Amino acid sequence: MARMNMIQAINSAMDIAMAKDEKVVVFGEDVGYFGGVFRCTAGLQKKYGKRRCFDAPIAEGGIVGAAVGMGVYGLRPVVEIQFSDYIYPAFDQLVSEAARLRYRSAGGFTAPITVRTPMGGGIFGGQTHSQSPEAIFTHVCGLTTIIPSNPYDAKGLLLAAIEDDDPVVFFEPKRIYNGPFDGHHDRPLTPWSKHELGEVPEEYYKIELGKAKIVRPGSKVTVIAYGTMVHVCLAAAEESGIDAEVIDLRSLLPLDLDTLVASVKKTGRCVVVHEATKTCGYGAELVSLIQEHCFYHLEAPIERVTGWDTPYPHAYEWDYFPGPYRVSRAIKKVMED
Amino acid sequence: MKTNPLSLHIPEPKCRPGDSVDFSDIRVPAAGGVARPAIDVDAATIRDHAYALIRVLGDDHKAVGEWNPKLSADTLRTGLRHMVLTREFDERMVKLQRQGKTSFYIKCTGEEAIGVAQAMALDAKDMLFPSYRQQGLLVARGCPLERLMNQIFSNKMDNLKGRQLPIMYSEPDYGFFSISGNLGTQYPQAVGWAMASAYSGDTRIAAGWVGDGTTAEADFHYALTFATVYRAPVVLNVVNNQWAISTFMGMAGGERATFAARAVGYGLPALRVDGNDFLAVYAATQWAAERARRNHGATLIELYTYRAAPHSTSDDPSGYRPGDEAKNWPLGDPIERLKAHLIAIGEWDEARHVQLIADMQAHVMAQLKLASSHGTLGDPPPDDPGSMFEDVLVEVPGRLQMQREEMLQLRSEIAAQKDSEMAAQRGEH
Repeated sequence: MARMNMIQAINSAMDIAMAKDEKVVVFGEDVGYFGGVFRCTAGLQKKYGKRRCFDAPIAEGGIVGAAVGMGVYGLRPVVEIQFSDYIYPAFDQLVSEAARLRYRSAGGFTAPITVRTPMGGGIFGGQTHSQSPEAIFTHVCGLTTIIPSNPYDAKGLLLAAIEDDDPVVFFEPKRIYNGPFDGHHDRPLTPWSKHELGEVPEEYYKIELGKAKIVRPGSKVTVIAYGTMVHVCLAAAEESGIDAEVIDLRSLLPLDLDTLVASVKKTGRCVVVHEATKTCGYGAELVSLIQEHCFYHLEAPIERVTGWDTPYPHAYEWDYFPGPYRVSRAIKKVMED
Repeated sequence: MKTNPLSLHIPEPKCRPGDSVDFSDIRVPAAGGVARPAIDVDAATIRDHAYALIRVLGDDHKAVGEWNPKLSADTLRTGLRHMVLTREFDERMVKLQRQGKTSFYIKCTGEEAIGVAQAMALDAKDMLFPSYRQQGLLVARGCPLERLMNQIFSNKMDNLKGRQLPIMYSEPDYGFFSISGNLGTQYPQAVGWAMASAYSGDTRIAAGWVGDGTTAEADFHYALTFATVYRAPVVLNVVNNQWAISTFMGMAGGERATFAARAVGYGLPALRVDGNDFLAVYAATQWAAERARRNHGATLIELYTYRAAPHSTSDDPSGYRPGDEAKNWPLGDPIERLKAHLIAIGEWDEARHVQLIADMQAHVMAQLKLASSHGTLGDPPPDDPGSMFEDVLVEVPGRLQMQREEMLQLRSEIAAQKDSEMAAQRGEH
């Protein structure tokens, strides 16, 4: 075991994947010599040569398009889109091409690619370095969407994503790269080195895609979250004084519906949390599924806590970011009915 | 016959940290060597210009050749003043970012001639679609620094209401389009604005800027296609400053051809210009603007320069390039070169230059005092959070009105909770 932050864990996953399989290639803007603007690919070019880890032109559509072509050839590309706010030029290649290639060729061609991309706010990045566009991708048939919340999961999930034979969009919540940010922005950040999930095996391991994790068992209310919001929800559960069960989805699609349904049937109450905007966010899908599967067990309307339906406002970062007070208030509210 | 196996080419810059700077492959032609074609020239007859380098200021600091715009000494001094002001403004803002007064900043050090000379060569009513490194355009157009600082500080006088990342200015009154963090999006928009101007029988033209790295984005190619198809009155600029964050310009295709040469395939005229030569930048821009205004369509200008600054305050170039590249850049520094020219023609001296720098520093400090009086980032905390729901649409829809009420309610509850926590703490002591 080693102490790793999320950046190191992600780096370790790519390192192991490259060592294990010559077909794994890593590329993207600034990922080669420099090692990425967030340092996730640091050292990979030096270790594996620039043939296997290299810079790309600033062309997200080109990066994903080339990855699809390389995947069709038989390689296993892992590409980085520097910020998920910049993924949109690649949208056509992801939605119309990578996602549907297996289907439209009846399995004749496939795109076993992984698209890594930092997401989310809390870093004063303004509207072009803070977005959470995950729901746009979960709406697309043929894409797998993963969002880890800690170093241990990030490594195991990324290795599983790379080995997956279909395209995976792997979002990395950049606010928790260095520590489990719980939304209390006026308090010092606890680094991953002081957190149990910063204990990461140095060797190979995988975490199956599509398995949620109960990160705080409880009996009164189910709180569903992913990414940075998992830590906000843990703090909120604590502060609410209510015996809340917090579930980290880890994988949005495929979704571990069984774990959610079992929990809500047990608690009878549910709060769904994400940082992304509310309308047509992934929370809408979760709420819909829970009422489909748990309607007769629900004792109160399901609450949603999300970002507001506006772009991310630079100066009002903490009025926008759904913090622990908001989540805790929602937990208490579902307990009232 | 035996076929050798293929191998993949990955471009690599000549020098990395620890290497001696080597710019020996950069060809610096003598000033005055490139012909200045007629404004209505057929693009097909000047394809060589895409591989040349228009320079006016010679090694002796005299202005030579057909591209000499023959500007008055007063105009040259104005240009120098704007460039020095731009540089001093940048220096001060980076210091303030280091002090936590703002979250982010981008300098244009070494590239000041581009924004400044181009704004001066264009008409004041022409519309600018910049990237994030052309603050010289706003300085030269007389936008008060206080306005820019208010935006940088996201303070209560910020014309963008605290919504945008610092330096992502939007200044409609100065013909300066809202800067996007997404690369290249403004390029086809500049063409579209120019098409609308032509459609409307207007006389104004548009100008757009991207960096060398951004030429790889599809938007760059959309812009060139639309510009040539509709003969749009637009000046399209590529600022080739050699570096896109850590990525050298070869990774954008600069190893094989110049960026100006991108125009050739589209049938557009291209000018390749020494971007650190104020007079050459001015003259090329003037030529392209006049061509556009006379309805002969778009020109692509490659401004050959060097990004002496880090990409942004979030970047540390010592991790990917030798630290003394800027000092050794074969095309020198734009301020030093214009200063030397003014001295060479007897219109400037060292004492006046020292005074100019002191005046510009004092101007920056005076503007800073004004801007700081309205606050810096988070100090005091911005007090109109409800405004974040405005301008999503022309009117605030019901859904957002409800969210605004909820947000304001939460804010007051959180404030009350903090107050009671502090009261409890005081009680304990």
